[in-house]
Amino acid sequence: MAALRVEAVLAAAEEQEAEKRRSITVEKELELEYDLGNLLAMDRNPPPAAALRGAGPRREELLRALARDNTQLLVSQLWELPAERAGGAGGPLVAQLPEPTFRLPREKPPPKPRPPTRWEQFARLKGIRRKKKTSLVWDEQAKEWRRRWGYKRAGGDPSRAWLAEVPAGADPEEDQFARLRREKRERVARNELNRLRNLARAHRAGKDTVPAAPLHPTGHQDRDELRRVARVARVSTASLGRFQPRLPKEPAEPPSRSGGKKRRFEPLLGNLAAERSRQLELLRDMGSKKPVLDITRAVNKQMRQEEAEAAAANKGKKQSKRGKRGRRQQRPGRSGKKSGG
Amino acid sequence: MRPLTEAETRAVFEKLSKYIGENIQLLVDRPDGTYCFRLHRDRVYYLSEKLLKLAASVPRDSLVAPGTCFGKFTKTQKFRLSVTALDFLAPYAKYKVWVKPGSEQSFLYGNHVLKSGLGRITENTAQYQGVVVYSMADVPLGFGVAAKSTQDCRKVDPLAIVVFHQADVGEYVRNEDTLT
Repeated sequence: MAALRVEAVLAAAEEQEAEKRRSITVEKELELEYDLGNLLAMDRNPPPAAALRGAGPRREELLRALARDNTQLLVSQLWELPAERAGGAGGPLVAQLPEPTFRLPREKPPPKPRPPTRWEQFARLKGIRRKKKTSLVWDEQAKEWRRRWGYKRAGGDPSRAWLAEVPAGADPEEDQFARLRREKRERVARNELNRLRNLARAHRAGKDTVPAAPLHPTGHQDRDELRRVARVARVSTASLGRFQPRLPKEPAEPPSRSGGKKRRFEPLLGNLAAERSRQLELLRDMGSKKPVLDITRAVNKQMRQEEAEAAAANKGKKQSKRGKRGRRQQRPGRSGKKSGG
Repeated sequence: MRPLTEAETRAVFEKLSKYIGENIQLLVDRPDGTYCFRLHRDRVYYLSEKLLKLAASVPRDSLVAPGTCFGKFTKTQKFRLSVTALDFLAPYAKYKVWVKPGSEQSFLYGNHVLKSGLGRITENTAQYQGVVVYSMADVPLGFGVAAKSTQDCRKVDPLAIVVFHQADVGEYVRNEDTLT
């Protein structure tokens, strides 16, 4: 009878074990595809037919069971990952996820192409196409290949041109050099104006086509402008840039109320007690950073100790040897006989 | 005149701590009044609050020197201690050097202190430590930098330099025009 009971108990225990094991093992026809970096598991098995049909409690149950099984499989995969304890021995067990492989689709729609500029429209109308230009041009004067524009360009430095011919129908009194300079300035200004107009047109056409004009990188901006633009971009967050991470070489600067125009100092007769406490704190910080053990001083101290010991030992030896006579002879100005021994 | 910025205060305190160590606290936090540091034309001045309030009403161009000048900031923002700070540093000096009567005059003319002129030196002075130079009668004569540690001072020959000269009270006569 006891044996029967024991057997019954054992059978019940075994059934319980099997139940537990069943709950962590899941049978699937096709293996799931895992992307553990994204915590993603993809099940390609066809769902049971009852789950596809219309609403009903049966459907809910089937779907829930399906979800549970797939989650179980994903979690078992996560448990296979290499893990370590974060924050020492008692911390939580943290798994190291691999790099995600699944490309997530775009969150927002892709940006529309910007509208064509006035010149582009005209060129398309007329059928004008870009002529491929060589980068170097033969300079007859210098007898070598020079750039088309820029430093050491073909055709010499325009700022050092010493001759400006008066064209046929021009006023003989007019200053030709001044005219050339003025025309260059006007050309540059017109070019800039058109560039800004195109940007404004693109900006007006739609917000998703082009970023705001000052933040639109052209590739021709100098370092100060880029720094200014980077600062604007950093400050245009909800917290006004207070929690933005800085690039490795960007210096940490406190926000200046005057926008960086003037250097600001503390008031002359400001809160003297606060100033004093600030200075004391600074002193404390400076003091705490000093190294506790200074090697040279330690070495010197050791040497001093040794010397003192040696001196004491010598003194003791000499006194016991010399006795009264020796001490008398030690007085200055008396080159006395040497003590015996 | 303006208060020192964080970086400037740090530079000044680092320089002062080379000579007086942690006793700077006694300069900053005094029981007999509020004293502060102010910068005027690149020179650092140490003055009491009462004097500060009086000096604040003087126009900047007419103000020559408020309080005691501790030193000045050079073009490259390095702080240089001057002899006018001696009265404040001498009582708090950590490492002292006493000079024999014979070579006092030499030091006051701007020369370095040689081993032959060295009377006493504080124990465990490290090399290149800031020291205050005294005469044998305990009168502060100026500052210097120890060229040799106390250990080495004992072993070196008599004509070697033991203290580099930095500032001495003879400058009051020699550089009368430039001291403030």
